[in-house]
Amino acid sequence: MQFMLLFSRQGKLRLQKWYVPLSDKEKKKITRELVQTVLARKPKMCSFLEWRDLKIVYKRYASLYFCCAIEDQDNELITLEIIHRYVELLDKYFGSVCELDIIFNFEKAYFILDEFLLGGEAQETSKKNVLKAIEQADLLQEVRHMKQRLPAASSRRSDLHKPLRDDRPKHTHTQPDH
Amino acid sequence: MRMPAPIRLRELIRTIRTARTQAEEREMIQKECAAIRSSFREEDNTYRCRNVAKLLYMHMLGYPAHFGQLECLKLIASQKFTDKRIGYLGAMLLLDERQDVHLLMTNCIKNDLNHSTQYVQGLALCTLGCMGSSEMCRDLAGEVEKLLKTSNSYLRKKAALCAVHVIRKVPELMEMFLPATKNLLSEKNHGVLHTSVVLLTEMCERSPDMLSHFRKLVPQLVRILKNLIMSGYSPEHDVSGISDPFLQVRILRLLRILGKGDDDSSEAMNDILAQVATNTETSKNVGNAILYETVLTIMDIKSESGLRVLAINILGRFLLNNDKNIRYVALTSLLKTVQTDHNAVQRHRSTIVDCLKDLDVSIKRRAMELSFALVNGNNIRGMMKELLYFLDSCDPDFKADCASGIFLAAEKYAPSKRWHIDTIMRVLTTAGSYVRDDSVPNLIQLITNSVEMHAYTVQRLYKALLDDISQQPLVQVASWCIGEYGDLLVSGQCEEEEPIQVSEDEVLDVLEGLLVSNLSTPVTRGYSLTAIMKLSTRFSSLNRIKKVVSIYGSSIDVELQQRAVEYNALFKKYDHMRPALLERMPIMEKTATNGPSETVQTNGETDSTILDTKHLPSISQPASQANDLLDLLGGNDVVPIIQTTVPTKPASAGGELLDLLGDLSLTGGPTPTPASSVPMSQPPFLLDGLTSQPLFNDIAAVIPPMTAYNKNGLIIEFTFERSNPNPNIAVITIHATNSTEADMTEFVFQAAVPKTFQLQLLSPSSNVVPAFNQGSVTQVIRVLNPQKVRCYCEPRTHSASYRSRSSEISPFVLKHLQKSDECLSGAKLNIAKLKLRAASH
Repeated sequence: MQFMLLFSRQGKLRLQKWYVPLSDKEKKKITRELVQTVLARKPKMCSFLEWRDLKIVYKRYASLYFCCAIEDQDNELITLEIIHRYVELLDKYFGSVCELDIIFNFEKAYFILDEFLLGGEAQETSKKNVLKAIEQADLLQEVRHMKQRLPAASSRRSDLHKPLRDDRPKHTHTQPDH
Repeated sequence: MRMPAPIRLRELIRTIRTARTQAEEREMIQKECAAIRSSFREEDNTYRCRNVAKLLYMHMLGYPAHFGQLECLKLIASQKFTDKRIGYLGAMLLLDERQDVHLLMTNCIKNDLNHSTQYVQGLALCTLGCMGSSEMCRDLAGEVEKLLKTSNSYLRKKAALCAVHVIRKVPELMEMFLPATKNLLSEKNHGVLHTSVVLLTEMCERSPDMLSHFRKLVPQLVRILKNLIMSGYSPEHDVSGISDPFLQVRILRLLRILGKGDDDSSEAMNDILAQVATNTETSKNVGNAILYETVLTIMDIKSESGLRVLAINILGRFLLNNDKNIRYVALTSLLKTVQTDHNAVQRHRSTIVDCLKDLDVSIKRRAMELSFALVNGNNIRGMMKELLYFLDSCDPDFKADCASGIFLAAEKYAPSKRWHIDTIMRVLTTAGSYVRDDSVPNLIQLITNSVEMHAYTVQRLYKALLDDISQQPLVQVASWCIGEYGDLLVSGQCEEEEPIQVSEDEVLDVLEGLLVSNLSTPVTRGYSLTAIMKLSTRFSSLNRIKKVVSIYGSSIDVELQQRAVEYNALFKKYDHMRPALLERMPIMEKTATNGPSETVQTNGETDSTILDTKHLPSISQPASQANDLLDLLGGNDVVPIIQTTVPTKPASAGGELLDLLGDLSLTGGPTPTPASSVPMSQPPFLLDGLTSQPLFNDIAAVIPPMTAYNKNGLIIEFTFERSNPNPNIAVITIHATNSTEADMTEFVFQAAVPKTFQLQLLSPSSNVVPAFNQGSVTQVIRVLNPQKVRCYCEPRTHSASYRSRSSEISPFVLKHLQKSDECLSGAKLNIAKLKLRAASH
């Protein structure tokens, strides 16, 4: 995987993980173009598209788009599973995760991602192990910075509160077990 | 006064989100940044972490945060885990390897790699594996290698992926990781297994030696995969009933690399592949992901044919899947295998064709590509129906490619000429505006060569024009055909279908309509004017045509004006040439390359600038020969090709040079006429209508050999070829034979070229042409005519110096044929004349 981007339906970036060295300017340009391209896709279209010399795999969960750029030899279908696994991890960690959780706790979203993927590849295939590691690491955090849950912010946009669920009805995954 | 504690991260986020405008947001950000900066200046350790976190948030919003880079480094160096966590995150987000400051991290990372807490070690490994530069990787590779051998699986798995990154950045370091890979696969921990397989894959992809070394792992990999499939439910790794699909996919991928090109390995994995292919649950995406990888592996290794068929069938089933993602990967994979497993893929042809109707653009495109790959002589009719229907309804983005594909397929497999013409007509009428420019000349050639269909074709095209004149390629082809076969049209000769009644005037109405229509491009207008002109020899309404032509003599469009003027001249002064010039086109040879040709510059321009002695290739020539060359430049005869005799003209003085060029070479007569009546200084090109529109892409495929000179026992023949890599180069081989009793010594062939030409004379085989035809002198001349300027070949009377005679050297003017029609017909008159000369060495 070369990079992963999370962005809202309005095109606001919520998370960016780059596994290839690029300048800030390049990253901004790629982000802008890709966000535009993905947002222009109609709901009926498939999750894959060719963009420059990369394959883009994207999936929408409620109000968030998860978008990965993979290389030619990478398996698109398993990348969808990777994305889904990440969402499941977030969901388990935050408890019915929604976009607001990721906005207010972006650094935690990164920490979780970094326990799941390293250098663009999955480092741990057991959901349990990833969550355990995060839990342990959180405990190491010095007391002042307690793990804070999302405050009940009044938000004009209600879909930010919507739990991240798979957007496609056909593709039924089980609800995350609490 | 002590500064108040900086606001908390969440607080800041909330505040910023209340901003109603971009300006308001910017203001808040700037304010906070200022506070953060001063906090950094104060070297506040307590709140550094909080401030950097806030900075990272603002960075994500798109604001500059480079002033926080050093702070990240300080955080990394801190003892506090919280600091390190944010510090490393900041480093990954803000630092990049292009700035030297990143190197300051190296020491910290090194320390942290050896930290007592595995989570700190984990942070260091993660950061290094994500954004470590080559220098950092070099410095720290040893540490990574150490950790690769640890028994701590948490660290081992991270070290493996970190090693992958190191190898990508510094491939030479790959060797050092080899020992540590020894028992990676004996691990039970799935994390370690997965990352180890990734590491092994990376190494095998990069080094053939590593690849052969790791082939021995195939049995172990097969075993692991088998366990995954056969073992019962394992909650930890289960995804929808499948055990660790991520690991399965990676193992399959590694097997693919190991099995490729290797019979033994391929055999060893044959069974497990079949097992995975048949046993994997296909109801969910995860199962299909594994099947997909399996298919890719089966197709790449040396698998048995049964297995290959199984794989193609899986893809066929994928095509029927409701999930469009699955259909998409199926089409992609089929496209890859259609060449090698053509017959197997053919079986799924109807499903593939159905995908043409899919809503998804990517799927449609792949289905289209695959459909074209599957067209053959047997299915052409059925396939073409589907493809034409697709052409009708598809997005404009597709139409050009689809049209080109259809033309190609039709050309290859057309069951009959009539079908072929009909298909072309269909494409032109439905997607006419999207057809590529180079299709027009190709189609014209096709039509010309389908002699028995001329009447039918022109009738159909005429009818299409009556309906719609907006699609330029259609209009151009139609104009051309009407110009050529208008006589067939009005005489109602069509056999294939009911002939229509149309009068000459009606036809001319249509063509003139094209000239005035807003919808016509300049190119199209050119076509129609020329078509009208051609009809002057096929129709009887001469006056009307003359009128049109003369009107356009004052057209604003320079191209049209020039043509009209030339055609006018044709009516006036060269009327006797007109029938020959406007004769029906002969069958054209298909040229080898069909790239787009350049538009022809009118020859006249080049003519008038050429014959300048100083542009002759300089050679050390004896004075007499130099004089001869000057003479060469002075000649001005033109021989119309239709007369096959070679005139013997004395060379005239060089001063007439420019006149010569102004000379309209249309004179069949011996004396050149002054170029007075024609306003343009350039000789007119009657067939400009054809030639300035690139009809055919190359110079003539075949220029028949010619006897350039035959006098006094000396026969010089030219044979022509086109140079293979560069079709703009004509390769002429001259053969000189001598039937007299005496040898001809000091035989020298000279040639000169205009400025725009380039000429290369290779060494002649000899200077002596033996008597009694006992042998020949051959010499190869290469002529490059980048502007495809027409030139004219005119052998002259002179010959090489004879022992007993002193004639002047005759120049050989080469007939370089612009378009194959002129070349092959031999009866077409080329108007421009260029003298081709080269000084031999």
